[in-house]
Amino acid sequence: MNAIVISAIWGVIMMFSGAFSKNLKTVRALSIVGIALLFVVNLLELYGTHLFTVDTKGMLQFDSFGLLFNAIAIGSTAVYFLLNGRDMEKVGLHVAEYYALIFFVLCGISIASSFSSLLMLFLAIEIISIPLYILTGADKRNLKSNEASLKYFLMGAFSTGIMLMGICLIFGAKGSFSIEQIALGDGTLTPMVGAGLLLLMFSLAFKVSAAPFHFWTPDVYDGAPTVFTSFMATIVKAGLFIAFIKLFGDAFGELHGQWQTLIAIITAATLIIGNLTAVFQQSVKRMLAYSSIAQAGFMLFSLVALNGMGREGLLYYTLAYSIPTIGIFAILVRMKDYTFEGFNGLAKHQPVLAAVTSIFLLSLAGIPATAGFMGKFYMLSAAIQNGHVMWLVIIGIICAAISVYYYFRVIQAMYFKEGDAQELETSSFHKGLLVLMAAFVIFIGIQPQWLLNQLYTFFS
Amino acid sequence: MIPVLLIVIPLLSGLATFLIKQEKGAKTWSLLASLITLVVSVIGITMVKDKAALSANLEWLPMLGSSFSVTLDGMGQILCLLTAVAFPMIFLATWNASYKNAKSFYALMLLGQAGLMGAFLAHDALLFYFFWELALIPAYFLCSQWGGERRIAVTMKFFIYTFVGSLFMLIGIIYVYFHAGQNFSIESFYSAALSPKEQNWLFWLFFVAFAIKMPIFPLHTWQPDTYEQSPTAVTMVLSGVMVKMGLLGVIRWLAPVLPMATWQNGDTVGLLCVIGMIYASILAIQQDDLKRLIAYSSIAHVGLMCLAIFVTSEKGMQGVMIQMFNHGINVIGLWIVVELIERQFGTRKISELGGLAQKAPALAILLVVVSLANVALPLTNAFIGEFLLFTGVFTSTVSKMGPVFTAVAGLSIILSAVYTLNMIQRVFFGNTNQLTASAHDIRSNEKIVLGILVVAILVVGVYPKPFLELTQGTVEAIMSKMITKHPI
Repeated sequence: MNAIVISAIWGVIMMFSGAFSKNLKTVRALSIVGIALLFVVNLLELYGTHLFTVDTKGMLQFDSFGLLFNAIAIGSTAVYFLLNGRDMEKVGLHVAEYYALIFFVLCGISIASSFSSLLMLFLAIEIISIPLYILTGADKRNLKSNEASLKYFLMGAFSTGIMLMGICLIFGAKGSFSIEQIALGDGTLTPMVGAGLLLLMFSLAFKVSAAPFHFWTPDVYDGAPTVFTSFMATIVKAGLFIAFIKLFGDAFGELHGQWQTLIAIITAATLIIGNLTAVFQQSVKRMLAYSSIAQAGFMLFSLVALNGMGREGLLYYTLAYSIPTIGIFAILVRMKDYTFEGFNGLAKHQPVLAAVTSIFLLSLAGIPATAGFMGKFYMLSAAIQNGHVMWLVIIGIICAAISVYYYFRVIQAMYFKEGDAQELETSSFHKGLLVLMAAFVIFIGIQPQWLLNQLYTFFS
Repeated sequence: MIPVLLIVIPLLSGLATFLIKQEKGAKTWSLLASLITLVVSVIGITMVKDKAALSANLEWLPMLGSSFSVTLDGMGQILCLLTAVAFPMIFLATWNASYKNAKSFYALMLLGQAGLMGAFLAHDALLFYFFWELALIPAYFLCSQWGGERRIAVTMKFFIYTFVGSLFMLIGIIYVYFHAGQNFSIESFYSAALSPKEQNWLFWLFFVAFAIKMPIFPLHTWQPDTYEQSPTAVTMVLSGVMVKMGLLGVIRWLAPVLPMATWQNGDTVGLLCVIGMIYASILAIQQDDLKRLIAYSSIAHVGLMCLAIFVTSEKGMQGVMIQMFNHGINVIGLWIVVELIERQFGTRKISELGGLAQKAPALAILLVVVSLANVALPLTNAFIGEFLLFTGVFTSTVSKMGPVFTAVAGLSIILSAVYTLNMIQRVFFGNTNQLTASAHDIRSNEKIVLGILVVAILVVGVYPKPFLELTQGTVEAIMSKMITKHPI
């Protein structure tokens, strides 16, 4: 509850800060204070201090899984603010509003990680989505940004409609919005529940950009201002995943056998389409968009397996995917040329940036001693433990191998190709933070113990 | 303590090398570091009698049932010795070469050494996988940065090839893990409860990874290109040392873990090995490029070793142990000669060279000894190894095709004599041409390195006993876990 209330309040504060202060520095400082406060209050709740007691009539339930996820999401956002603060100011005039919208998204994510009623789920998804439509179109004078925003809005509204229909059908069948009530049953699938479940699955698959509902993703990610793409592709996507696994794990866990094959097929399609299409991209930004689809495929493993390892793995994967991606975007956003050629010879001119980018890319590719490896390890283990989906595991590793090709293209460009690297504005703070992030990626890759300890303490 | 040192010394010294500014400093520093590693490795073999000092078990991921468990058993000793010997040799032999951005080159070399050591020492499946992959990353950067013209594409092929294999192995490892009480330690892997059917498909998951690394026909296509395009110093590491990761993988992580499947598929794999040997030998005869010639010759030699593992005989296994070391030494010797020739004349084409013996007698003598070892002539180290290998294959009680394999594989020895002697004749004898007329002999540091190798070749060839004794324990332990009789 702490995180939900504070993030909503701070969103409002940020909005007003823009009206009262024309100084961008104040706004930025205020956002940092806000995110730090948010992180602290969320931690407080994790350790049992509730600042607000609201009777939600059982519509929200705060468990350690959700709160831990909040901590990861808020922490990543803090890093994101620190890295990208200056770049957000370049997008347009309404900097304070951008911050406000991001705080609102965080509010949505906090609800998504704690809902126990379908109504709350719907609310969470909407609170997350609507600010994103605005952020996508934040670059008002850019045609691509406008197009992306409109596209996202129309498609998003459509999928929200589908979700509502699903919710209605489930309500009709079970007579309640409560997850606990829905979960009751003898494990048989009535047509009405089946239809509702399918609609919910499709709409959530749309939100996490799983194939074949992914068509909006490349255009939206490509068209949106790069700073916001970074946020959407990482923290937001992870938040929607949490909602996905919470709903299907808690409400439809009993029926897992009935929908496992379907979600496995969606996973396979997501992996194949994401990876194969990424191979043919010429722009790094677009490649990262497809790579985010491909990585979503791996996150879907947790839904396919639906066991303890999968849930822990999803938390781990969120971190292992978000930090490197935010890092790469933070470098990309300062470049003028987004093509692979734009990275040519970067190692010579910016050895530190090239080195950290390499570490981030190695992590995304899942090379041992980086966080990405442990993430993939968890997901593959979860699926193998489940035992029914060995074919999916094989597809998964083939796709992981394909992903090496396009991630390494960037490394090749930076290190092995000659080129006059572009001017790149960077400060020592920016660099230092990126180095810290790279160190963190390696640290939790070699010593996942530390993070796992946190997870296990809360799960047991 | 010793095994930890063997990993940590190259790792830390490698990281430190990134900070050294001058080329000379980086060179000296890395040579020094590799010599220290060598000393530690030798101490581990000769001085330490206390078993506890030869293994270490540190806490790593207790929740996943994995620990940082490293042990120097007989096979580990011999392979670590090979790794420890190889690196100072390589640094000395390439002392006169100059690399652009030298500090990164030497740093990556040392990091590669750390990865290799780890893979040879790990007695925990997850740890093994970690090091298995980590050894690959420096190799990727080394080949792509300092290699030949087509280096980027070729190295990418190499990387993706091995990465696919590794991922297959990862699935295998995770599957066995769930059937071994959720524990990654080697003991629980050896006692994993797996049905013959499961063993059978798991076998191929593991085997593909190892077969790509060795490489075994038909998964060898990355190898000649990569060897050709890599800087020679890296080729030495790849073919001299890294290839042994594949063999070690089969001996430590495949045959004892899945004995039933190994027994079942032994002849199939054997057939692939034999085909590969003949195929590679024939291709070697036709090569004009020295590097490609040695690359194909290496496929043939490794094929024989792999064959000997899968016929499951004690003699053969002994042979593999000693031959892993011998092949490493011999092939590094050959690569050094190639490196010296290429640096002096700027070409590796056999057809463009000739009459070198007149101008560079020392090089010629040393090369002839190394080449004879490559043909496995008596008195050289490879003779001991190949003799044991062939005895093992011939007397195998498991393989139904032992004599056939022996006969066909024996052919490859004759073929190896054809291409090796042909190469010596055309490069070192005959008349000099324009290019080689002004040749000079090798420098003293190069003489020393090749001299040491030649001495090693002869010493092991005449007195292999200490080596055989070193690995006796490992061989017996492995053999006791494999199926050695043909159940009727």
